[in-house]
Amino acid sequence: MPSPYIPNTDADRGALLRAIGARSVDELFADIPQAHRDPALRLPPALSEAELKRELAALAGRNAVPGEHACFLGAGVYHHYVPAIVPYLVGRAEFATCYTPYQPEISQGTLQATYEFQSLVCQLSGMEVANAGVYDGSTAVAEAALMACRITGRSTIAYTDTLHPRYMDVLRTYLESQGLTLVMTSGVAALPLDAAGVIIQSPNFYGCMEDVSMAAQAAHAAGALLIASFDPIALGMFRTPGELGADIAVGEGQPLGLSMSFGGPYVGLFATRTQYLRQMPGRLVGRTKDSQGRDGFVLTLQTREQHIRRERATSNICTSESLMATAAAIYLAALGRRGLRRVAELCYHKAHYAAERIAALPGYSVPFRGMFFREFVIHCPAPPYLINQRLLEQGIIGGLDVSDRLPFAMLLCVTEMTTRQDIDRLVDALRKMGGRQP
Amino acid sequence: MTGLERRPLLMDQSKPGRTGCTVPALDVPESPLPPAAMLRDDLPLPEVSERDLVGYFHRLSQLNYSVDEGFYPLGSCTMKYNPKWHDEVARLPGFAQAHPLQPEESVQGALRLMYELQEMLAEILGMRTANLCPMAGAHGELTGIMMVRAYHASRGDKRRTTILVPDSAHGTNPASAAMCGFKVVVVPSNACGDMDLAALRASLGPDVAGLMITLPSTLGLFDPHIVEITEMVHRAGGLVYGDGANLNAILGKAKLGDLGFDVVHTNLHKTFTTPHGGGGPGAGPIAVGERLAPFLPTPHVAHRRDERGDRYEFTRPEKSIGRVGAFHGNFGVLVRAYCYIRQLGAPGLREVAENAVLNANYLLAKLKDAYHLPYDRRCMHEVILSASRQKAQGVRALDIAKRLIDYGFHPPTMYFPLIVDEALMIEPTETESVETLDAFVDAMLAIAREAEQDPEVVRGAPHKAPITRLDEATAARKPDLRWQPRR
Repeated sequence: MPSPYIPNTDADRGALLRAIGARSVDELFADIPQAHRDPALRLPPALSEAELKRELAALAGRNAVPGEHACFLGAGVYHHYVPAIVPYLVGRAEFATCYTPYQPEISQGTLQATYEFQSLVCQLSGMEVANAGVYDGSTAVAEAALMACRITGRSTIAYTDTLHPRYMDVLRTYLESQGLTLVMTSGVAALPLDAAGVIIQSPNFYGCMEDVSMAAQAAHAAGALLIASFDPIALGMFRTPGELGADIAVGEGQPLGLSMSFGGPYVGLFATRTQYLRQMPGRLVGRTKDSQGRDGFVLTLQTREQHIRRERATSNICTSESLMATAAAIYLAALGRRGLRRVAELCYHKAHYAAERIAALPGYSVPFRGMFFREFVIHCPAPPYLINQRLLEQGIIGGLDVSDRLPFAMLLCVTEMTTRQDIDRLVDALRKMGGRQP
Repeated sequence: MTGLERRPLLMDQSKPGRTGCTVPALDVPESPLPPAAMLRDDLPLPEVSERDLVGYFHRLSQLNYSVDEGFYPLGSCTMKYNPKWHDEVARLPGFAQAHPLQPEESVQGALRLMYELQEMLAEILGMRTANLCPMAGAHGELTGIMMVRAYHASRGDKRRTTILVPDSAHGTNPASAAMCGFKVVVVPSNACGDMDLAALRASLGPDVAGLMITLPSTLGLFDPHIVEITEMVHRAGGLVYGDGANLNAILGKAKLGDLGFDVVHTNLHKTFTTPHGGGGPGAGPIAVGERLAPFLPTPHVAHRRDERGDRYEFTRPEKSIGRVGAFHGNFGVLVRAYCYIRQLGAPGLREVAENAVLNANYLLAKLKDAYHLPYDRRCMHEVILSASRQKAQGVRALDIAKRLIDYGFHPPTMYFPLIVDEALMIEPTETESVETLDAFVDAMLAIAREAEQDPEVVRGAPHKAPITRLDEATAARKPDLRWQPRR
């Protein structure tokens, strides 16, 4: 079977070779050392679209996923409703099958959509300027830490111990490779004197709101920048990192209309104050005029970037998550002023309902009763992984097992997608496992 | 143009009382809200109806040129056709809805796909294994160079503080090396466009951690001395990093592992035809040889067979550099690349490379009389021309690129590689027909004639795009990067 993705026929190939003046296609590969040319390639045999779709549908069917199952898993990735128009619009080939907008005259769609994204991230976060996005929430934190070191000329980053452990891991990987120092602090009272930046996450890994304002004051008193890792849905109701004094605000954009897709693609949100603009990593779209005075959009301040500045660039980032940024912009506009507030409040009320009910179960407790948003920790009467196994058998994806940090603890998440029936089923299932070893 | 007039920004379209989405009713008792001091006063997001939102983004999309619309010969970007059924598979609920932190036993299908893709990529690249975590090509570079650093450190070799990079390299190479704290030393190319071996020899020493090299190079050339180069670096105690941006040229024709590479990244959004999305999502898996395998990022997907059958699981390699992202890569992109490799198989991948190279050489043959060809030899998947001849007539590479828009084509990459004056880097890919190539050749030849006879029409291009050339200087001098309320 000829490939549907290669229009050249044998006759075409013959004509092309004659035009080139080559006797065979092999001749075109003569620069590859003979001993290493055309090696054996052991891959599964080629299959048709129909056969593969059948096989892949079966493979996908082996995953037990939220939607079919009630889901209480969060920890940085959230099961929120994705309005149909989001995938519909970003699925348009005009957005999906183009490259980075290097030619602005024929890329105004991507450029204007990205400018909208930058604008809406600022509106949401209360920050002054946002970039076109980075890979994900964790690399946004790492890039923010590197940016703080560049701005302050210091080489130590402090983070509070309630930061997402995966984000800590990524931060460590990025900082170690530059020989920078990473220090954990349990409170902001005892910051290292040479800190370039202080990282705080709110809501934190355990779901509780942190005192970002106090952290910002402490960071600033130490001459450091405050890096706040925020949750974009929580900002539907809570005060913004901009208001609370953050110098760099970062977050995971997945909750903004992106499917969970087993870990990606997502988009890292990245915003700061105008004074730090030129130390920002990543792409920026700016509004300008064309030669006839019409508004238009271009990639700008590119002298920060790798293709111009090479080893002196603010980051090596090139291809990022442009389509996801467009999706997030559409989501924010679709939900809008009232919709996002409503989604945030639904999460809040449902999570508190679930926490109250579980706290009342014998054998269970909810240890952190402070201000939480849509996630909370429960102490279980049995190892959480065993409870999760039982829940899965009943069509429930349980919470994240965090017993490596807190004994017998599970981190539960409730969103607007979790129905009262889901919560009641979870509570019943937990009750049956309570008081005795499951 | 009336049908394509621009619409105001979302915040300017906003009108109180409109919404683009419905939200479920509350089905549990309300809990007391947090104290007002914790809550924001206002949420200044737009209020737009669903119909207007769809109209707006639909209209915006029409201002883009895309692969589905036409020929997109953007050099080094491999803008091939993206098969549509891949998108359908990525949207299957079992893939699209899976949470990355689910218990492994509940996501065996996804893990198996990742494991098989990992191993197929390793086979294609001739390496020991691969890792799918990096989320873009530059992220793969960063990950690979971190591993090079960790490798030398694990041997107590702290002198190796330099990474060598050819003068034709992508900007990401030196930027990635610098992000790992390395000093970057540039190795020049020779008159044939290959690496200057004498200069390489002179640069190699006990301070060199490794060489980053793109093969075929960004000049579209396969360096015939590649094995000599990798051996020289190894003899000096360094490692060889392969930038796989141009892998499309040698799929199935050569394995980078066989040529002495220690670590390679591949851009799934180029070679393996996942849609580029206007600047991502991409995926930049890395493949490694024996020496670097213990340093791979976390997690790696492992397979074992026990009494319950096949089991796939996430593991942490022995001396892992750690995590480079919160989860395990851009899974939605990985699914599409998996579909592609399985549909094509080994013979199909080889055909990809052969037709890509054939098409590029055809353009070279047809255009070399009208445009200067700085390296007069057979090319691989892309041909680099120079507009130096047209520059003498007052027409620059930029003008030619913009004029191509009027002829209905996406411009080639321009002014890269930096070592070619007025560079035009043309990559046709294998998915384009001879009819398309001929139409492009006609346009290029017509523009060459215009440059002689009517240079103004070229210098003022594009004339048929939704907008004309933009004032980029003002954009950078007075940055307007977000919507602001009208004063």
